[in-house]
Amino acid sequence: MKNEIIIAGFGGQGVLSMGKILAYAALFEAKEVTWMPSYGPEQRGGTANVTVIVSDEPISSPILSQFDVAVILNQPSLDKFEPALKPGGTLIYDPYGISTPPQRSDLRIYTISAMDKAAEMDNVRAFNMLVLGGLLEVCPVSSTENVLRALHKTLPERHHHLIPLNEEALAMGRELIAKV
Amino acid sequence: MEDEILLMKGNEAIAHAAIRCGCDGYFGYPITPQSEVLETLAAEKPWETTGMVVVQAESEVAAINMVYGGGCVGKRVMTSSSSPGVALMQEGITYMAGAEIPGLIINVQRGGPGLGTIQPSQGDYFQSTRGGGNGDYNVIVLAPASVQEMADFVDLSFELAFRYRNPVIMLSDGVIGQMMEKVTLPPIKPRRTDEEVREQCPWASTGKRGRGKNIMTSLELDPAIMEQHNLHLQAKYKEIREREVRFEEYQAEDADFLVVAFGSAARIAQKAIELCRQKGLHVGMLRPITLWPFPTKEIVRLASRVRGILSVEINAGQMVEDIILAVQGRVPVRQYGRMGGMVFTPEEIVGEIEKFNV
Repeated sequence: MKNEIIIAGFGGQGVLSMGKILAYAALFEAKEVTWMPSYGPEQRGGTANVTVIVSDEPISSPILSQFDVAVILNQPSLDKFEPALKPGGTLIYDPYGISTPPQRSDLRIYTISAMDKAAEMDNVRAFNMLVLGGLLEVCPVSSTENVLRALHKTLPERHHHLIPLNEEALAMGRELIAKV
Repeated sequence: MEDEILLMKGNEAIAHAAIRCGCDGYFGYPITPQSEVLETLAAEKPWETTGMVVVQAESEVAAINMVYGGGCVGKRVMTSSSSPGVALMQEGITYMAGAEIPGLIINVQRGGPGLGTIQPSQGDYFQSTRGGGNGDYNVIVLAPASVQEMADFVDLSFELAFRYRNPVIMLSDGVIGQMMEKVTLPPIKPRRTDEEVREQCPWASTGKRGRGKNIMTSLELDPAIMEQHNLHLQAKYKEIREREVRFEEYQAEDADFLVVAFGSAARIAQKAIELCRQKGLHVGMLRPITLWPFPTKEIVRLASRVRGILSVEINAGQMVEDIILAVQGRVPVRQYGRMGGMVFTPEEIVGEIEKFNV
């Protein structure tokens, strides 16, 4: 079993850390995993993306042009990665700020209104955990227990008091995701 | 802790491996995409545990000369940088080769020429394998293709550097430096004591104590003596060529078409071969682990069984020259590459293989 996942959005949305938590969760599931960020000046306010591959077998290329799952958090990323999904692939996107929704009919498409929910919760920092919860609901690469272990591992100790809030957001994301 | 499987970036793995394998000193200047090496060392504070020295030098020129100094006294010392920074170090590297001073230089390559970009590249193959500095010399060049090899090759580099009294380059790139994957860190090895250094490095400048002077220099004003020194160096390089070639093969045994690729390009090419095999194409890969010495004999062996060889490199065509020199026209050889920080996808390589194969 192999999942080739791209997470893409604006810099500052927590794209890379979401990928990191996913990668650690997969590690705790005893899977093979690679985490390959786009790095460079485009991250500053521009688009940021990370490729996470989770597999039962050793992973060859960390760089891909076709994906099983795309988590899309802005319009430029949707334009770029909708065509890069394999037929039958899974597309998850936040409709906030999306003017042209996905057009393909050969995909499993989900929406997750995480921007609106985070605003409603008055906590923008919950945004990426809402999205991650939604991703895990439709693409169960890791148990909730291992995602929480991954949170402990990736969050600096001074932020560990925020883990219950993150846990709540993860659970809420699972409810929030909706099939189109 | 020792056998714990961790998830980390290639650059971080280098720093942890250096501390664990008894490295005495790191001297470096920050540059993307390798700054995590120095950052991780600064966070780990090895000077408080193993006594390893970590210095942020004022420039790459200073850093390589600190490595020169540390190597002169028999210490396991290293630096890391990225392409333009390593270009600055070339004078120091040729001086080290001339004076036979061991040391480790890590290049996490980025796009060039010049200041270039900060994205991955393999454009420094010539710089590393041909000797980027002046004179007839070679540097042992290891090309890691995974975060695990980033960790494992640090100790291997020091072993080779001291066995042959020669600088060693680890030629990595922004893909392997920036990506995270699983790694098991090497076992802890204590730093060598002063007595051990005196015993194992009788050539080093460790304080005279009853023996003659050990002068570490690349300067010799008498050309006849300098030629003898060059002959000695060439004999050493011949021995390295005979003994230290390292490579790995992937599905090469039944292949009728061969891809040759190193480092991150080999990872991407491996995926391309998986895709080719699904289409029924018998493609295999040779991955040179040492770029110098180059696995010439193995390429010659495989060349007798394949219809063509494609060199896949993230550059305009550098390693392909070593392949052409090896096969001497026996089979057609082509190269595919991207430049300037752009990296090919597995599908691009499949397309090139199919074009070649018709």
